[in-house]
Amino acid sequence: MFETPMPLWEVFIRNRSGLPHRHCGSVHATDEVMALQAARDVYTRRGESVSIWVVPSTAIVASDPSDKDAMFEPTASKIYRHPTFYEIPEDVGHM
Amino acid sequence: MYTQALNTKEEAVATRPEDAAKLARFQAIVDVEDKIEPNDWMPGGYRKTLQRQISQHAHSEIIGMQPEGNWITRAPSLKRKAALLAKVQDEGGHGLYLYAAAETLGISREDYCEQLHSGKAKYSSIFNYPTLTWADMGIIGWLVDGAAIMNQIPLCRCSYGPYARAMIRICKEESFHQRQGYEIMITLCRGTAEQKAMAQEALNRWWWQALMMFGPSDKDSMHSADSTKWKIKRFSNDELRQKFIDATIPQGQYLGLTFPDPELKFNASTGHWETGEIDWSEFKRVVAGDGPCNRDRMKVRNAAHAAGAWVREAAHAFAEKRRARMATAKVAAE
Repeated sequence: MFETPMPLWEVFIRNRSGLPHRHCGSVHATDEVMALQAARDVYTRRGESVSIWVVPSTAIVASDPSDKDAMFEPTASKIYRHPTFYEIPEDVGHM
Repeated sequence: MYTQALNTKEEAVATRPEDAAKLARFQAIVDVEDKIEPNDWMPGGYRKTLQRQISQHAHSEIIGMQPEGNWITRAPSLKRKAALLAKVQDEGGHGLYLYAAAETLGISREDYCEQLHSGKAKYSSIFNYPTLTWADMGIIGWLVDGAAIMNQIPLCRCSYGPYARAMIRICKEESFHQRQGYEIMITLCRGTAEQKAMAQEALNRWWWQALMMFGPSDKDSMHSADSTKWKIKRFSNDELRQKFIDATIPQGQYLGLTFPDPELKFNASTGHWETGEIDWSEFKRVVAGDGPCNRDRMKVRNAAHAAGAWVREAAHAFAEKRRARMATAKVAAE
């Protein structure tokens, strides 16, 4: 029997420690209300979360893994962006 | 819970010459213990192995709700009932984490479920045995979940990111399952003579089945080379089985129970427990579909899926109506 597939939603939860929302998995649901309820039941059975985001999976725009080098490689040569690149005399103390 | 079906091999996928460079890059990522993510290039065999392994693992969790669901209404106290209910709910949750991970490999949950319902996909054979007494709830937590944990801890380091992440969540929760099971066993073993006899009888029925959960002996299982190279499988079936035996025998002795194996003995020179020969003909028979509950488990699953069809349809219809209403309200407001 053919059934209409249920849309996929990506689930992000924020735990109690005040960290940012983190991706934890996905759920199937017909709308955002059902997606939130399903996310609560599936991913927060042990007080893992104080906040949930659900996002339609189709709304996520991702970088292409085959572009990884072109995307991220340029930062590797820019060592002057790191504090350790700069020399400060020890006499100055911690900076 | 766990599926033992790690040992069926996919047909070797012919590697096209242009894939050689990609294959080398893939293997290099795996070799340095980095993770492969859903959109990364991966060999066809790797993808297929994971599609099968993760989905069959998910099916096992879902079918695994049945043997224990059987006892929820008959749990001996409110505390035991609440714990069992939470545990069965966890199994459902584990199934869903795993379907979510499996879907990242390009097959939808509907299709995976269809493979289960049609009988094409397997699930762990351990769930094809009946749960005859309350002591079986203790045994399942202690031995079946205990064996599952042995199998699953190495999977937390699996090279496929979504599977590894799902396994980390699952392992945290399985620990509760095993402890609640062992506590049931302790209570029975410290109880009346009848209660202790019930615990012993359950151990007699489940011990060999628990050992079979690790899959065929290494000498009969020639299929793990690729899985090992791809860092999906970290230890052989026999290695994991031995770890489980060594961990479990002292726990059984603490309970004052006897393992149903006259050949069981401790080898002081190796530091390991040695068991008698496992009856693999029974294992093969149950995997092939002829266990005590194979047909019943499938019937119940298919009936539950069919009985839920109107709920899924209603959810779609409701969402559609809500979207239409919101669109109308928006137009009216403009």
